[in-house]
This record gives sequence, C-alpha cells and structure tokens, in this order.
Amino acid sequence: MSVHTEYHHRWLRQPASTYWWLKKPVYFAFILREGSCMFVGWFVVYLLLLVRAVLEGEGAYRQFLLWSATPGVLVVNVVTFGFVVYHAVTFFQAAPQALVVHVGRRRVPARLVLAGHYVAWLATSIVIGWLLLGGTA
Amino acid sequence: MADRIRLQVARYRPEQESEITFDEYEVPCHKEWVVLDGLNHIKDRIDGTLAYRWSCRMGICGSCGMTVNGEPKLTCATFLSEYAPGPVRVEPLGNFPVIRDLIVDIGDFMRKLVRVKPWIVREAEKPLADGEYLQTPDELDEYKQFSMCINCMLCYSACPIYRLDPKFIGPAAIALAQRYNLDNRDEGASARMDVLSEHEGIWGCTFVGECTTVCPKNVDPAGAIQRYKLTAAVESMKAFFMPRGAER
Amino acid sequence: MIKRHPEPMLWMLFSAGGVVSGMLMPVLVLVLGIAIPLGWVDAPSYGEMAGLLAMRLTRLVLLALCVLSLFHWAHRFRHTLYDGLQIKHLNEVIAVTSYGVAVVGSAVAAYLLWQVPSGSGGM
Repeated sequence: MSVHTEYHHRWLRQPASTYWWLKKPVYFAFILREGSCMFVGWFVVYLLLLVRAVLEGEGAYRQFLLWSATPGVLVVNVVTFGFVVYHAVTFFQAAPQALVVHVGRRRVPARLVLAGHYVAWLATSIVIGWLLLGGTA
Repeated sequence: MADRIRLQVARYRPEQESEITFDEYEVPCHKEWVVLDGLNHIKDRIDGTLAYRWSCRMGICGSCGMTVNGEPKLTCATFLSEYAPGPVRVEPLGNFPVIRDLIVDIGDFMRKLVRVKPWIVREAEKPLADGEYLQTPDELDEYKQFSMCINCMLCYSACPIYRLDPKFIGPAAIALAQRYNLDNRDEGASARMDVLSEHEGIWGCTFVGECTTVCPKNVDPAGAIQRYKLTAAVESMKAFFMPRGAER
Repeated sequence: MIKRHPEPMLWMLFSAGGVVSGMLMPVLVLVLGIAIPLGWVDAPSYGEMAGLLAMRLTRLVLLALCVLSLFHWAHRFRHTLYDGLQIKHLNEVIAVTSYGVAVVGSAVAAYLLWQVPSGSGGM
C-alpha cells in the first residue's frame, strides 16, 4: 500500500488517492468550481445553436424556442445558471489577488477591485437584459 | 473540562515495520497546553522512543508542523483543549516522505527554495560609503506579508497539487520568490522568472487556495502565485511580441 | 529569459474567458435559458432577434464571449483531468484535444457570426 522513496529505501511515501477531492469540503468545492467550466462550454454551444437558428430563418428560430422549453434542456439550463453564477462569484473573488493595481504610489484596496467587478457585472447584465427584452431602438 | 486526553500518535519504525501504526497515549489536558506539550509529556514520561521535531515552541521556527486530526497545524500553536474530549490524531506532516514516527524529509522543499534565489540579487552592491539602501514604509508593505514565511511547510501539506505532482515548486517557494521580486532593493526578478515559469513552477497551480487557509503567519501564498501568474504572463507576451524590446 | 512554452498565453486566455463568461453568461442563461422558455418574459420576435444579431457590436461581443469561453473551458477541463482524475499518462493527448476543440469551436462561432447579415431571412 505505501511506497518507499527513491532517496532512501526506508522513507515512506503515502500515495495520493484518486478521490482526494472527496476528503475535505474545501477540495470538493474546488472541484465543483472547476467543473463549472463544463456548463460554460455547454452554453457556448447553446448560443451558437441560437445563432444558427436565426440564420436559418423564422421557422428555425421558433423551433429553437420550442426546443429550449423542453424539460431536459430547461433542467440543464437551470443547473447551468447555478454553475455560471458560482463561477462568476468565485472568479471575481480571485481577481483582486491577481490584479494588484497601483494608482501612483498607493495600492488600490482589494475590496475596491472586487467591487469594480461587481459593478461591471451589474452594468453589463442590465444592458444585456434590456437589449434582449425589447429595449432595441 | 476533562483533565486528561487521548493522543493517537502515528509511529513508523523503519527497522521493524514497513507501514505506519498508531500508538495511543493518555496525557494531561491543561488549559494552556498545546499538542506539542502533549508530545513532550509522552516523550518525557511515557514513551521515550517517540521521535518528532520541535524547537522554539512559539510559532517562529517552523519545525513542529504535523497533521492534527487531518489538518496541517503547528503543534506549538494548537491547543489540546480545542479537541476535548479527544482523541486527537497526530500524524506526520502530509505530502512528505516519512523518515521515522512524526519526522518527515523536507529536502525537496529545501532544494526548491534555493532554486528561487531567496536573497537580494543585485548587479552591483552599493559601496559602503554611499550609505544604506533606503526603503519607505509603503515600499516595505509591498512585500512584507510574504516575508513572514517561517518555512513550516503547512502549505505544501495542504496543497493537493503538490500531493499529486511532487515536482510542483510549491506555495512557500513562490511566495518567498515574490518577497524578493517585490522588494525594491532587489534586481533579480528575471533570474527568478526562469525557474518560476517552468511547467512545474507557477503554472502547476490551479488556485485551490488551501495553502493560504492553513498558513499560520497569514502569508497568503495563493495570492502571491496568482499575482505572479499575471506578471509572468504579461512578460511572456512582451517577449513574444517585442523580442528585442523586452527587458532581459 | 523565459523558457518558451504556451502556458502563459493559455492562462491569459483562460483568465480572460473567465472574466467574460462570468460577466456575461449569468444574465444570458437567465434570460435565454430560463426566463424565455418558461414564459416569464416574451421572446424577442424573429425580426428583433435578427436585428440584434445583425449589429456588428453584438456579433463582436458574442464572438469574444464564445472564443474566450471555449478556451476557458479547455484550460480548466484539461487541468481538472490531470489533477482531479490524475490521468497523467494521457496528458499530451488531453491537452491537444481540449485546445483543439476550442480552436474548432472558435472557427465555427466565427463562421456562423460572420454569416449573420446575409443569412437572416426574415428581414
């Protein structure tokens, strides 16, 4: 079960389990966060299917709308919503640690970098929502 | 509160056995005792064959890191009463080869540490007559957090990437490299970049963040790594797009 | 000198993809994936949708969203297989496949979005 190291035949190295991520809640949350990428990928496909439907004409567009309302697709998209929000929140949380901004000699506090992300998130969401829900000029 | 507590301590006697076994001891549980006090009691009064490392017993030397109830901890900074009524499981620090009982081999970290050149690197030292290198409090704040590292390696123990790929350079080494990169007296950033930008350098990290959670000195190695990823990526793009204009 | 390997660039794409998908996807999923199918709001008419897509800005933003999100997916997917499931011996294959899928997907997105003004039938 345990393996000995190459440096010394009697030093014990315990192998890592493939299920290491089930051992601690933090590790599980990490894998969930990484898993959110699958739903990001799925939604790109969904968006492109929509674009293709619009390209093919009104009939195809109506069919796409009907398909998007089928229970299977709907459930997938609800789960997708949960995961993309989780992705956004965890990604924005990480951003201030990578993005250390200086204005002159003073460092912008991490809270402000984080707040900036949320403001941008809110603003773009409002704009997109407005565009989609009939706000076109 | 109970005045005694059971410690389940991992034992590994390479001359006798090839696996880790556990011995149980009952020690007093005084209000001010830490796990290290419990281990010292065992060694002094119950079983003198127990082998473990410790030194300052006040959280500055970094010697006494072990796995306590599954979490990497400094045993001199972890109160026994926290675990009452017990039992408390004490194992060697995870992700390192075990030499004996609670002692692990830290050679891997020591070799990696040297590779990141954790000292001030300068082209030329200022002559003594020119006086000292001046540094404002703001300039100190840029790297001060990363200078708090006591090399206790709890972060390596918590890092799943290091467990899965022991070639990963690891959180403390990168945080210490950053401590010098961000020091305005240092000129060695590009020398360190070679080592850090290897595949098992910073790019091995997937930002689990456990290293920062377990650090007893609030060093935030995860933050150091993410910040350095951005720096290295920007440098890489500069080198790619402006090969002659890029700084060496 | 930095050793030349693609990791920094791939990480930048992953990061950009993370920000863009984080910012834009929640509202898009909510409206296009949940609210409209469930009838909470009316779907845009074909004319309105085609008009939206015909705008150059929409297509550019959508292209950026698709391309960057695909590379975000590829990078995370590849790393999770490597770290999470420890499929180390297939590391090269997985990396090439993941980024390959992202490249192909990006090409498909570009192709579709390029076609929009000439392709929309209901205007």
